[in-house]
Amino acid sequence: MFGVLASMMDGVLVGAVYGLAAIGLTLIWGVMDIINLTHGAMIALGMFGLYLLFGHLGLTPYAALAPVAAGGFVLGVVIYWVAVHRVIRRPPLMSLLATFAVNMVVIGLGTAVWSTSPYNVAFSVPGITWHGFTFTGAHILAAISSVMIAGALYLFMRFTRLGKAIRAVASNRQAAELMGIPSNQVLAIAFGLGIGLAAVAGGLIATLFPFTVLSGDDYQLKSFVVTVLGGLGNPAGALLGGLVLGLIEGGVTPFIAVSWTPVIEFVLFVLILIAFPQGLFGRRAER
Amino acid sequence: MRTARKVFATVVLASSIFAMGTTAAAAAGGTLTIGFTVSETGPLNVDSLAQLHGFELWRDQLNAAGGLKIGSSSYQVKFVTYDDQSKSERVQQLYSRLILQDNADFLFSPYSSNLTATAAIISEQYGKVMLTTGAAEDKTYQLGNHGLFQMYTPATHYLSSAMAVIKQKNPQAKVAVAYSDDGFSKAVAGAAKEEAKRLGQPVVLDEAYAPGTTDFGPIINKMISANADVMVGGGHYADGATLARQMYDQKAPMKFVCLLVAPDSPQFASLGDAAIGISVPSQWEPSAAYKPDFGPDGAAFGKAFKEKFGAEASYHAAGGYAAGLILQHAIEKAGSLDSAKVTDALNATDATIFYGHVKFATDAQNHGLQIGHEMVLAQWQKKDGQLVKEVVSPAAAQTAPLLYPLH
Amino acid sequence: MRHPMFWLILAVTALFAGLPAIGGDVGLRETLFLAAVAIILASNLNLMIGYTGYVNFGNIVFFGLGGYFGVWLTVVQGWPLVVAVLAAGCAVSVVALLFGLGILRLRGAYFALATIGINEAVQALVSNLDVWGGSTGIYLSVAAYQALGGARQALWIVYFLVVAVMAASLFLSWRIRSSKFGLGLFAIREDEDAAAVLGVNPATYKAAIYSISGFLPAAAGALFFFKNGVIQPDQAFDLTLSTEAIVMLMLGGQGSVAGAALGAFLYEQLRGYLLTSPLFSDFHLVVAGLLLLGIVLFVPGGLMGWLTQRWPRLRGKLE
Repeated sequence: MFGVLASMMDGVLVGAVYGLAAIGLTLIWGVMDIINLTHGAMIALGMFGLYLLFGHLGLTPYAALAPVAAGGFVLGVVIYWVAVHRVIRRPPLMSLLATFAVNMVVIGLGTAVWSTSPYNVAFSVPGITWHGFTFTGAHILAAISSVMIAGALYLFMRFTRLGKAIRAVASNRQAAELMGIPSNQVLAIAFGLGIGLAAVAGGLIATLFPFTVLSGDDYQLKSFVVTVLGGLGNPAGALLGGLVLGLIEGGVTPFIAVSWTPVIEFVLFVLILIAFPQGLFGRRAER
Repeated sequence: MRTARKVFATVVLASSIFAMGTTAAAAAGGTLTIGFTVSETGPLNVDSLAQLHGFELWRDQLNAAGGLKIGSSSYQVKFVTYDDQSKSERVQQLYSRLILQDNADFLFSPYSSNLTATAAIISEQYGKVMLTTGAAEDKTYQLGNHGLFQMYTPATHYLSSAMAVIKQKNPQAKVAVAYSDDGFSKAVAGAAKEEAKRLGQPVVLDEAYAPGTTDFGPIINKMISANADVMVGGGHYADGATLARQMYDQKAPMKFVCLLVAPDSPQFASLGDAAIGISVPSQWEPSAAYKPDFGPDGAAFGKAFKEKFGAEASYHAAGGYAAGLILQHAIEKAGSLDSAKVTDALNATDATIFYGHVKFATDAQNHGLQIGHEMVLAQWQKKDGQLVKEVVSPAAAQTAPLLYPLH
Repeated sequence: MRHPMFWLILAVTALFAGLPAIGGDVGLRETLFLAAVAIILASNLNLMIGYTGYVNFGNIVFFGLGGYFGVWLTVVQGWPLVVAVLAAGCAVSVVALLFGLGILRLRGAYFALATIGINEAVQALVSNLDVWGGSTGIYLSVAAYQALGGARQALWIVYFLVVAVMAASLFLSWRIRSSKFGLGLFAIREDEDAAAVLGVNPATYKAAIYSISGFLPAAAGALFFFKNGVIQPDQAFDLTLSTEAIVMLMLGGQGSVAGAALGAFLYEQLRGYLLTSPLFSDFHLVVAGLLLLGIVLFVPGGLMGWLTQRWPRLRGKLE
């Protein structure tokens, strides 16, 4: 019994981080209708960013999150102007391919620099032991950080001028422009925010698990699942989606072989996509 | 690290050109080409590159000593390699290219049982000899091939000494088996479960995980829930190292842990305290003191390797060097570059080298399977504040007693 | 006289079959084998993306499932290769029809995501399926090639069969393009709701084309993995291959028969070159990515789009 509870608790802790990663993906989708296939590569860059800041500058991993986020934001804005700007409002194939091309370039450069060997952030935080089951400090801190960052994003979108502008462009770009909002700049900032979130989530994942340049792909798929669970384009839903996915996975793994977890995960993904394209939680952000 | 490798490759190239210049006049002969693919990128690259270093050390030492001798002529050994990206998709194209365009006389296998099975289709088709290292799965040799020769002890024997050690320490120990879901690890784990059954030890957990797994939390929770006493399993470097670290972080109370492949690598010491007590079935350890019939002894090999690559030799490196040495010996004995004659010489091989005894099965069902070589069980221990890998079994090769129980 | 396209397809097929066979050049055969497989994947994907406007991102699931059916039927059940290959095609078409009925209600990016999900779900499921060897898959013994006269001859036979499947793919693409069925698909691509008003039943058309586009890639998968000697879930359902098929299509020009084939052929040659070139092997992804980005941003019609724009008269000949 304690085993099941511990497993669910672990699932929730990790799920919060996956939720944060998915927020980056879903934000970009919600604002500009683009499935960002650079997402995985940006998660991977976040991992290596944190690894370098921690390993070479000696920052604690949690202090390193801020520069990782800032770097991700800047890179995101650059990618927006180079590759994304021209494919907005074109058929989905074009934006899928433009972002996938950037993904290939980033992964290719990353492979040349770091090869595909596994890396690891060797930073240990004392954990909590409960009936023989240990929750590591890294897991707890990563979950807390994720929720805090998601909360900060919520406040930003809700109460700042820029946040309001992003929401205005998302719901109706023409109307927003008529109101004097420079929609291109706003889109670039939103894209930067999405990438920044992916990078931070990558950094947090790096404190939990080892990674390679190619790890981003797995987390990108995970983000898709979480995003669909929470509703495409719905940031609050994404965090909730991450927590729910963690809870489900944690709840079933004690009873089945772990190799069946991905089957459940992806069957659920397809079924929800077909049955509830708006996600499990409410409607998708209006356009 | 990559640039270092490139610089190194250039140095090697330059020195081998120099060596060629000095020996070319010595005797008539030519070049002998050996082709293979290397997993320079992808999840297998740690083990595959170690193996490559073993091959390279053998080649450079041989060429510096005047090359491979057949009768009165001597041949300089040349490698042609491609990156297979740890994927089998392109292996056949690359091996065809090696045979047809690059005119490889002999082949080494890619790393891993899976890629080797794919490459073997091509090598067989052209009747080429292929020495396999890092392809331990028995199944590969039971598909009816004629020119494959396995340097490693087959997968089904990997955990036999670990299971014997467990039986001896605690006949009632509850065993957890968790292994990577690939051919090699599955074969190893399957044999271990059989062995546990034979010894009458309960297997309380039997889990296969995807080879790319990085989050072992769910499996470790299950081990704890099942009250397992000992754990055996793992897969290759990346997953094994992670599993060990997370078991340590989650304070899994195992009395004995034996993982495949990963703990053998010198890199494993970077885990720090998480490495203490982890044991590994090893094809070769630097301390093993076999009296070689030919070639260097273990100490000389280890020293040369360290000088060249600045790192301890793992058994993958030793396996690579040994493959070269055995091939060289067979060619010299056959006195010919003809594949059929070299195959005969390899079939007749029954020799001890620094790596241990080497002998291949010659019956039709298991042709090429390694039946001479034996593995040892090594364990990471702390000695004077330093992490060292000690041989704990068999008794004859022991360098330190087994650390048991761990918790 | 027949349409120039007919002769073009015939000529390409003859070149593919003849060039390596004449000199017995196995190296060339291996290169053309991969090129032919790429052409099969890209041509059939073109039916979905180019003709119908539905981005099948997980198209490799057809190839992988076909491989599993084919290898299982020949190796485990002992069926003759050709029968097994056809059976694999039929089985996958049926499976595709079932999947299609579910996911073809989705449009645009939602559909693309669902196809990725299906590929991943199938891969995870097959990894747990003991009849198909689970995660370690099915190995072929050398004896499996005996029925075809030994490994050496078997690989030639497999090659010619793949060339035949390639020819069938090209003919299929070409015939559909100039058929009434094809016009219906184009109508769906341009405006699905308007097409429905004009009397095209989008649901039927989409399900049909999704199922059809699975048949030949499945046959190719069966042949590919029979030749490969082993089939395992992670290589059978590799999402990278899926995306590469899309890149090939973009390179050549989506919607065009010749474009899909040309793009596949060129991409495959480029990749083979980059991987074995000492200069670029570290950077093959970077080069391929920059190429793709350039096409998407500046030449969205691909090679054929660019050619027909410069020489409009080509359009009538090659379409």
